Amino acid sequence: MTSIKVKLKEKDVAQLKQVCKEFNNEAGELINVLHKAQGIFGYLPAEVQEIVAQELNVSVAKVYGVVTFYSFFTMIPKGLHPISICTGTACYVRGAEKVLDEFKQQLNIKVGETTPDGKFSLSCLRCVGACGLAPVVLIGEKTYGRVSPDGVKDILKEYE
Amino acid sequence: MNKIKVNIDNTIVEVDPGTTILQAARQIDIDIPTLCYMHLGDMGIEHKPGGCRICVVEVKGRRNLAPACATECTEGMEIETHNIRVLNARKTVMELILSDHPSECLLCAKAGNCDLQTTAIKMGIREIPYQGEQSTYKEDTSPAIIRDMDKCIMCRRCETMCNEVQTVGVLSAINRGFMSVTAPAFERNLDHSECTYCGQCVAVCPTGALTEVDHTNQVIRHLADPNKVVVVQTAPAVRAALGEEFGLKPGTLVTGKLVAALRRLGFDYVFDTDFAADLTIMEEGTELLERLNKYLSGDKDVKLPMLTSCCPGWVNFFEYHFPDMLDIPSTARSPQQMFGAIAKNYFAEKINVKRENLVVVSIMPCVAKKYECTREEFSVNGNPDVDFALSTRELANLIKRANINFNKLNDEDFDRPLGESTGAGVIFGATGGVIEAAIRTAYEVQTGKKLEKVDFEQLRGLEGIRSAKVDFDGLELSIGIAHGLGNARKLLDDIRQGKSQYHAIEIMACPGGCIGGGGQPLHHGDSSILKARQRAIYEEDANKPIRKSHENPYIIQLYEEYLGKPLGERSHQLLHTSYFDKSKKLIEIEE
Ligand code: SF4
Ligand code: SF4
Ligand code: SF4
Repeated sequence: MTSIKVKLKEKDVAQLKQVCKEFNNEAGELINVLHKAQGIFGYLPAEVQEIVAQELNVSVAKVYGVVTFYSFFTMIPKGLHPISICTGTACYVRGAEKVLDEFKQQLNIKVGETTPDGKFSLSCLRCVGACGLAPVVLIGEKTYGRVSPDGVKDILKEYE
Repeated sequence: MNKIKVNIDNTIVEVDPGTTILQAARQIDIDIPTLCYMHLGDMGIEHKPGGCRICVVEVKGRRNLAPACATECTEGMEIETHNIRVLNARKTVMELILSDHPSECLLCAKAGNCDLQTTAIKMGIREIPYQGEQSTYKEDTSPAIIRDMDKCIMCRRCETMCNEVQTVGVLSAINRGFMSVTAPAFERNLDHSECTYCGQCVAVCPTGALTEVDHTNQVIRHLADPNKVVVVQTAPAVRAALGEEFGLKPGTLVTGKLVAALRRLGFDYVFDTDFAADLTIMEEGTELLERLNKYLSGDKDVKLPMLTSCCPGWVNFFEYHFPDMLDIPSTARSPQQMFGAIAKNYFAEKINVKRENLVVVSIMPCVAKKYECTREEFSVNGNPDVDFALSTRELANLIKRANINFNKLNDEDFDRPLGESTGAGVIFGATGGVIEAAIRTAYEVQTGKKLEKVDFEQLRGLEGIRSAKVDFDGLELSIGIAHGLGNARKLLDDIRQGKSQYHAIEIMACPGGCIGGGGQPLHHGDSSILKARQRAIYEEDANKPIRKSHENPYIIQLYEEYLGKPLGERSHQLLHTSYFDKSKKLIEIEE
């Protein structure tokens, strides 16, 4: 749940409406429209859900119901530096879980959340194809290999 | 149509194709328990999500038990509804539901009237073996309704009422698994949603998850205060339903007992909202004629149809959803609020009591009235015209609490002057009644002739949308009627598109009108109960010596002594109101 008002950019809103139109503004396409919407905005703030509701002529409550039902959808914006931890088999075996726990503890957030200052967000990834470097952590565009729980603090320091 | 024969618990029953096992069983009075199924016969609403699994039965030849609400009968089917296997399965399902439900029946507002509790008692549940973690939600209190989602069992009946019947769209299922409940968008509180407070969700909720805000204790406190004069008004639909709470047959009129009970409870004056309904007709009827005559003489500024405005649920609905049409409804306040304004001004002066020391309580079939009396425009310096609105259910509880033997009470009569009413005031309680009452008066005022037949059968009934023509001595008036907000929306959409043919439209938020109000004794989806209440209303009308509002001697006196004439200056100040655009948009767009 979010109570912060978000100002949407006009061009994004136009794009969103275009997406709705591509799906013939059909209520039955709600999930597909939300998928695309999350692609545009990175997340689904209340305002975006209201526009989708309006365009597809369904109630906002219903849209919110769908957003909260599927874990894929999120109402929380990604952090400035989105952290993704690979939990593919290779990484997992080499201790990704512990690395993840360390990130959670350092940042005091859960997977899928963003720090209150908006700086970091935490998510998990399936295999990124860099198994040789396992366990792998991505922060923004940058890749970190062979990360150990002890190294987490130093990595975060780079972004202070 | 060929009938299908099935065998239920060793009884053969013939049913139409498409009939479910649950319906077939009900035809032969076999009660299969269910917590989610809901069938509102005449409204064509059947809610069968098959979600609660309490209604499972054994069908011979099938490996798994079948949900009776969602399984259709087929020829020769053999069904057992209460064998050991079924009972055990049901018990397990029940125990699972209860594992995530607070065990606080002793303190719950719904206790004694809760389907979950009744079913658990019937099943002999004595312990809950699965002790799961209880999901907890913040309680949401609005001016009229409390949502306590810890008690939600996800039957989703409220969703059907809010979305399909009322088309308000406030409630939706959210989250998944044990965390799943129904909620407004973004889990905002109801008073930050577009909720109309019609209370139809409250009326169907099988548990204490949705209840009306209880004002009984505040009323008791005022009754006990020697410095306060406490006046009570009772809405028309209450007398046609209250008896059900005391075991009387649906449709039993209890007007006299109701008055007697209110006196026993200590109200200083027992008055009737029907009086204010007569007053509403004077104002609204005059307004209709004024608009009609201007329209007929070619005045382009006048808009028709005129819509009635006595239902606060409906008023909320158009303020949220049709803000572009705020000039179409009549400006007349609801009878509840007209009564309040007259009581706190005219009557207070008459008995020489200061406004602050006069407490006005109303007994209403309605949940929305609780909200209505808190609207700012209906108060003077923070003192509301109506202090508290109790539902029919709350009054029944209060009478029981006071140990009054309701059924043994002798009939008593309302106090004067605000207790005298006509048959026209009574029929406000049923769909079509307001417009019929208005026509009885408008006809005589417009034509100058006496109306010989006051019964307008063509305006009565339970179909969701009705239309009728009424002959005004050569002028044909076209009347529309809708009850249930989904039906109202259809008529409203027509008006918006310029397609409406009507001169006047009556709208009531609740299916059936106030007799089916959100604050009435629960009818558990049995529409024969609504019909019985409706009959009672028209019976009371037929028994009244006076049946036209403008002939009510105390109304005549009120205009002579105080108000002047309908739509006069004082009337405007006390009896009319204006509406607000409440559609809210969150969206802010950056250039
Ligand atoms: S009171 Fe009426 S409008 Fe409000 S949530 Fe319940 S059904 Fe919907
Ligand atoms: S709030 Fe009541 S009616 Fe609505 S889903 Fe929950 S238990 Fe059912
Ligand atoms: S129809 Fe009657 S009970 Fe229902 S909201 Fe309107 S006034 Fe209240």
